[in-house]
Amino acid sequence: MKFTWFNLMPWPYLPDDFREKHRSVWVDIDSKLFDPAKSHDVYNSHMDLLEYASTLGFDGIGVNEHHQNAYGLMPSPNIIAAGLARRTKDVGLVVLGNSIALYNPPVRVAEEFAMLDCISGGRLVAGFPVGTSMDTNYCYGQIPALTREKYSEAHDLIKRAWSEPEPFAFNGRYNKLRHVNIWPRPIQNPMPVHIPGGGSVETYDFCIDNTYSYSYLSFSGYIRAKALMQGYWDRVAERNAPDASPYRAGFAQTICVAETDEEAERLYSEHVSYFYNRCLHVYGGFADAPGYRTIKTIQTGALSQYAPPGEGGYSKLTWKDLIEQGHVIAGSPETVRQRMEDLIKGLRVGNIFCLLHVGDMPKEKCMYSTKLFAERVMPKLRNMFPEYADDNRFWCKPLAKQATPGISANEMNMAAAVGGKD
Amino acid sequence: METKTLDTHHVPVRYFEGGKGQPLVYLHGAGGVLAEDPLLVKLAQKYHVYAPLLPGYGDSQECGELRDMLDVTLHTADVVAGLGLKDPILVGHSMGGMIAAEMAAVAPNDFSRLGLICPAGLWLDDHPIPDLFAMLPYEMPQYLFHDVEAGTKLMTAGVALDDPEWLKAFLVMNARQMGMAGKILFPIPDRGLAQRLYRVKAKTVLIWGDSDRLIPPAYAHAWKKAIKGSELVSIAEASHMVTIEKTDQVIAALGKLG
Repeated sequence: MKFTWFNLMPWPYLPDDFREKHRSVWVDIDSKLFDPAKSHDVYNSHMDLLEYASTLGFDGIGVNEHHQNAYGLMPSPNIIAAGLARRTKDVGLVVLGNSIALYNPPVRVAEEFAMLDCISGGRLVAGFPVGTSMDTNYCYGQIPALTREKYSEAHDLIKRAWSEPEPFAFNGRYNKLRHVNIWPRPIQNPMPVHIPGGGSVETYDFCIDNTYSYSYLSFSGYIRAKALMQGYWDRVAERNAPDASPYRAGFAQTICVAETDEEAERLYSEHVSYFYNRCLHVYGGFADAPGYRTIKTIQTGALSQYAPPGEGGYSKLTWKDLIEQGHVIAGSPETVRQRMEDLIKGLRVGNIFCLLHVGDMPKEKCMYSTKLFAERVMPKLRNMFPEYADDNRFWCKPLAKQATPGISANEMNMAAAVGGKD
Repeated sequence: METKTLDTHHVPVRYFEGGKGQPLVYLHGAGGVLAEDPLLVKLAQKYHVYAPLLPGYGDSQECGELRDMLDVTLHTADVVAGLGLKDPILVGHSMGGMIAAEMAAVAPNDFSRLGLICPAGLWLDDHPIPDLFAMLPYEMPQYLFHDVEAGTKLMTAGVALDDPEWLKAFLVMNARQMGMAGKILFPIPDRGLAQRLYRVKAKTVLIWGDSDRLIPPAYAHAWKKAIKGSELVSIAEASHMVTIEKTDQVIAALGKLG
């Protein structure tokens, strides 16, 4: 199993009446709600948590890309990952990912990911999302019906830029480049790639064809994800993929651990409520630009599986509802272990993106929950798929010898001794 | 109106045809058009009307090969040629007006009469056009109709949001139609037309509802300025769907084209 401690980086200061007074957390969110001075602590605190998780045995620490969004403060996850690359060691840097249709030209992504891979000593796990409609279409102005074609071209360009040893010309529809020859080159070849998807058949096939891991990054939990993930596994079988390794799939799950189930509710319910009620308050008009999803995807009915549940959406759900319906896995280490086991077996996923920071959760609570998960839950879930223990196609392969960041005492002495000899 | 199909280079194109008289090609707006549209029906009492659907609209086939404004402009010119028409009266509403104006700018000698009903295609920073692609259906009537109540009734007839099959069919239709429209309208309906309008030679009538809240009348004046010799007909108590709200006055205004 691969466990990634994943941080969305929510803004923790949305007001109590956010739902009533504001129409959306995303795209046209009120800029007055952002306080740059406060964000200094917010960013550093989130980065501290990612670094902390890296010391507790998680396989990866994860970041992602959103734009104009109060629950995702990372328009550029690469900037965060660069900071983490220097301050962590051994742990995978999961950048899930860069919305490659948005970069002009997309070789920028090939270059930045190569830089991250080189700085971190081969610890990058790359991700190429199409990007949500909010980010891609409404914030970044991409034409909905052309987004996938542009994405696909960007992917081909990046893949070639990483792997072709000679400079080449790329005559794409959206990118005309006479001399593609990125510098630096990534350490890892092939690069492990995860693709976040939301139930489109095209993305299933794309992952199968390229040996990429399919990640379902949902906030609605593992119970509602069953049909969608089953759709993926059915497709894996239908397409005669060489294997059905669980590492071909990943899933994001909100998790809160305490000593007891009661303590979990007492400690975390307000932060969970902040996330589901304020952070997921997105104006319906921004949900899905017409043309962004393919007709085939709409026709499969996949949309209904990740639409917010029922009338009133998340705002009507209590802590009990959120737990029972699996949106959130919370409770004592044993409760969480049992439910995680259900999740892992039920969805057949080898990669878990653990959303252990939730909403406006303060640092110390998050550290408490994270430590309990790392020490008392994770070890018991390690060997769920022993027959695939050697499958490392979807994970990073760091260099054996990693550089130690910072200047050593020896180097200081050597520097002092360089001059003054004449 | 009869529903017919025309083969073109890319895909078969659906069109409605009816009436007798001078040939008139009508290009619909982003919402599409039905054979029983009151403007088409009344135009057919005076003209020989051809109303082609943009690929993806109604039951017509989608066309992935149409990606940008030039593709759409040339495709529509292909349709006019395919119908065997020479210099028909070219009329377009909203998005259709944008396409018609492009056609008349690209091939100024092919079109001598142009009717533009609150066309899209220009952008004025002081008068930003509301984001049609970020509107929920219930928000639309206030932008489209002078009589919002009547417009709401018209737009919600037959709507069954609680029925998953209806909803799926609606989402598919919306993705096909607005997905296509988005190629020339999203996120800002400006594909550089302003720098080409000087080429238009056609006698041009601009028709605008005084209370248009989608493309406000400030745009009417920008168009009038951009097309030399064009005439503006403003229609009171009508919004963007002036074609439905004041059908007779629109037809009378088009009559100025001769």
